[in-house]
Amino acid sequence: MFGTTFILAIRSIFRHKLRSFLTTLGIIIGVAAVVAMVTLGKATTKAAQQQVASLGTNVLQIRPGQGFGRGGGGPRPPDFKEADVEAIGRQVAGVNAVAPQAQSTATVIYQGANWSTTINGTTNAFFQVQPWPLVSGRTFNRAEEQAGKAVCIIGNTIRTNLFRGGEAVGERLRVNGVSCDVIGILSTRGQGGFGDQDDVIIMPIKQVQRRFTGNRDIRLMLVGVDPVYDGAQVQASIQQVLRERRQITGGKEDDFNIFDTAQISATLTGITTLLTQIVTAVAAISLVVGGIGIMNIMLVSVTERTREIGIRLAIGAVASEVLMQFLMEAVVLSCLGGLVGLLVAQLVVIGLAPLMQVEFLFEPRINMIAFLVSALIGVVFGYFPARRAASLNPIDALRHE
Amino acid sequence: MAASDSPIIQLRGVTKVYGEGPTAFQALKGVDLDIQAGDFVAVMGPSGSGKSTTMNILGCLDVPSGGEFRFKGVHVERLGRDERALLRRKYLGFVFQGFNLLARTSALENVELPLLYRGDPKKARREAAMAALDKVGLKEWWDHTPAELSGGQQQRVAIARAIVTNPDVLLADEPTGNLDSERSVEIMKLLTDLNATSNITVLMVTHEPDMAAFARTIIHFKDGLVERIDNHAAEAVA
Repeated sequence: MFGTTFILAIRSIFRHKLRSFLTTLGIIIGVAAVVAMVTLGKATTKAAQQQVASLGTNVLQIRPGQGFGRGGGGPRPPDFKEADVEAIGRQVAGVNAVAPQAQSTATVIYQGANWSTTINGTTNAFFQVQPWPLVSGRTFNRAEEQAGKAVCIIGNTIRTNLFRGGEAVGERLRVNGVSCDVIGILSTRGQGGFGDQDDVIIMPIKQVQRRFTGNRDIRLMLVGVDPVYDGAQVQASIQQVLRERRQITGGKEDDFNIFDTAQISATLTGITTLLTQIVTAVAAISLVVGGIGIMNIMLVSVTERTREIGIRLAIGAVASEVLMQFLMEAVVLSCLGGLVGLLVAQLVVIGLAPLMQVEFLFEPRINMIAFLVSALIGVVFGYFPARRAASLNPIDALRHE
Repeated sequence: MAASDSPIIQLRGVTKVYGEGPTAFQALKGVDLDIQAGDFVAVMGPSGSGKSTTMNILGCLDVPSGGEFRFKGVHVERLGRDERALLRRKYLGFVFQGFNLLARTSALENVELPLLYRGDPKKARREAAMAALDKVGLKEWWDHTPAELSGGQQQRVAIARAIVTNPDVLLADEPTGNLDSERSVEIMKLLTDLNATSNITVLMVTHEPDMAAFARTIIHFKDGLVERIDNHAAEAVA
């Protein structure tokens, strides 16, 4: 009986292609929406996590000012000095390394090609604080670091755009008119919410301060924390040291902020997960609406096909076979709709992932769940019309106009 | 199958009441009827005489309110809905006035349908359906849908569908009602031929005496009862 009704259902579906398509449209949209939303949500969460992870785990970012914004009234809090970097490294237990950073933008020229990029002045501590290996070349040597020599380590974007991916170590760039030897190339970090992280040139901080920023200020300190130590404890100690050095007393607020990357990671993940859940809930509603759409069309179809049902019953179809046929039609339709929906979802994700700067992910679990739900919808919303069809009296059904 | 001594169909005191209470309508008032296997029966009578109700009962589509209906000795009035469906599937073939073919479905697939419900394998279905189409002279038209066939052709496809299972009884409800006289005669000749060569018992409702003349037995209904039965041994068929 299963095989027979399956054949009948398939024949009926393909004999009425438009009706079948319209019936499944709701399921297609619902499944596509749910799967695309969940997949993109997961990809976004993953991208955010990778971004944060690329900053290194157990890394504290210390900036002058409160929070992210620099706006608001009052004088701008002073940047840090080299002495602050040394003080944190010396006085706080559990600090592995402290990397100062001074930033500027510059135009880089190599053999007539030029490129505008970010110049990041720091010390070798930068490479201790976070995992960012070089693909070739070396980091600064002691002399270069202390004298602030004109040497640079370039990001992959610079290599691609100025050297066309060729060998760059040993070549000489002009950075805002300053001649600079390329000593190393950074591995790729990729695109992300923070922009192209590979579009950067790293130079000794003293060189950057002397030639580009023109002062001895430090905008940002990256502090590597020994994982053995309690992060919150280390953070509190640093806060203490900086308050002392910046002469903030009593109940006055800090004029600097310390960001824990682990914290950012947790917050970002929380936000993206919540957003994913909300959007998925909305999409799931459309899936249920799609199911109701199937039921509506199937009910109309039972009325429209009353005579057909009468013929089948007269010919010798048992009520359960008619029920099975209609149920099978609903299930096959909703499964087909589910499959098409999955396909559409992958296309949507492939199309949107680059725009959202996330990588394409295939999430087997959500695809499976969405498909099973669409099959379930077929059974649930197909049952009522099918039962109605099966309960028809053959004589009345045959007489139906 | 040879005609046995006991009739294939026996009605004893069959009544049928539609509705309840004061609006109840008694369509059959105690019908007694024997039909021998291999007979060609025409059922006639004015509308409301009970001929359609009788046909529905004989077709196992409906059950009597009272009395007995024995088909091949089986008490049909005691059978359930599904058992009657299986009885129809196995022993009965139906031809309707309005052809009642499935739309957008080829002649072959229409004829195959009863075999599909019977669970025949694909190859056997194809062969039997083509053979049935051949019997009604529509072998060449197997892939045409009803919309692409004339009325007479559609009715012949319907007949092919009715006989494809080699039923014992063919029930035809005004099979020529929607056809012109030339096509009607063709259909009647086909039915007569099937009756004679395949030994199928044919029960046909008609109100046209010309068509009834093809039958061997004519049963006249009036006011829910059998009024009279004429027997004339196939005199008209040339």
